Amino acid sequence: MEIKILGTGCPNCITLEKRVRKVVVENAIDAKITLVKDIVDIMAYKVMSTPALIVDEVVKIKGRVPRNEEILEVLKN
Amino acid sequence: MFDWLQHIADYIVFDAFGMNASSHLAEALNFFIYDSIKILILLFVIIFFMGIVNSYFPIDKVQNYLSRKKLYGLEYLMASLFGTVTPFCSCSSVPLFIGFVSGGIPLGVTFAFLITSPLVNEVAVGLFVGLFGVKTTVIYVVSGVLLGAISGMILQTFKLEKYLSPWVKEILANAQKEQDVFVADKQSFSNRLPVIWYEALKIIKGILPYLLIGIAVGGLMHGYVPEGFFEQYMSKDNWLAVPISTLLAVPMYSNASGILPVVQVLVAKGIPLGTAIAFMMGVVGLSLPEAMLLKKVMTWKLIAIFFGTVTVCIIISGYLFNIIF
Repeated sequence: MEIKILGTGCPNCITLEKRVRKVVVENAIDAKITLVKDIVDIMAYKVMSTPALIVDEVVKIKGRVPRNEEILEVLKN
Repeated sequence: MFDWLQHIADYIVFDAFGMNASSHLAEALNFFIYDSIKILILLFVIIFFMGIVNSYFPIDKVQNYLSRKKLYGLEYLMASLFGTVTPFCSCSSVPLFIGFVSGGIPLGVTFAFLITSPLVNEVAVGLFVGLFGVKTTVIYVVSGVLLGAISGMILQTFKLEKYLSPWVKEILANAQKEQDVFVADKQSFSNRLPVIWYEALKIIKGILPYLLIGIAVGGLMHGYVPEGFFEQYMSKDNWLAVPISTLLAVPMYSNASGILPVVQVLVAKGIPLGTAIAFMMGVVGLSLPEAMLLKKVMTWKLIAIFFGTVTVCIIISGYLFNIIF
């Protein structure tokens, strides 16, 4: 699975990255996590609020930092 | 409404700590306990309710509404109103800006949103209610919304599109005319509630240290600075006070939660409300980090025009307040 975290580097984006990494490690999910910091690349996903969580090129969550349980749920589906 | 809280504060300071009611320290401590609990309660209530509104009006819906509806000039006011319920994170301002302009929303309307969003946000409103009361809050919110709308209208007349960064102009040229129809999130209210609750707690947690320091500083000033102390420097008759405090505020990037409790004490000690509000708007509404981020989509010239216009509008509203009150 390919996970992308969109964010320009604000505290919220860093929190999201940490949480996603934690959830992935704890649940032994086979995933490649990439950070997308460039605004031009972020806009390609048409999100207007960061941070955003992209799983296999689909925007799953945007504009907020989800809790660990919610991240796990998104990654499992 | 908060009498019970005053009793608790009195009990802690005078009975539990056994402090002398007439000492400055006791007065400052009493003020600190009372104010921090009251403000935290009000903040939570307001952040929570604005969270509910925002949950039903996410930014995508706002963008969709503004780009589809013909509003005959009211779009500035609408954009400004939407700005009040949308939580603002300065790091989101760039994607938001691109999302708006590429959706065909005029630059001036986008600016109206960008001005009001940080100016009238859930934290600022919650603090205003807690510190200054409902009447002043309503005045602040209404003037913030009008300030955003009017500044947006003024900026639109300048025809600023040519000062956007080249890559933004490219996006604008290639923007598809057809819009994605907004698909509403069909979550039930009971599903949304925990998320909103948790968000509200997180916001409070984030600002708590600043807020407590602000209230503590305010509490000390409250106890030690004599009434009317600032009047000699910043009275209504001093016409330079409003522009000077606004200009001082713009480069000051502080979070509202630390600054507002101090401003409240300044007002209590004799600084006119209009001067204080102008200062507040400068602190909350215009910040250097935001300017740095906007640099990605705008030339310095455009940022300067944007900040300049908003600053002038803030100064004017500061004068208006001082005349009215």
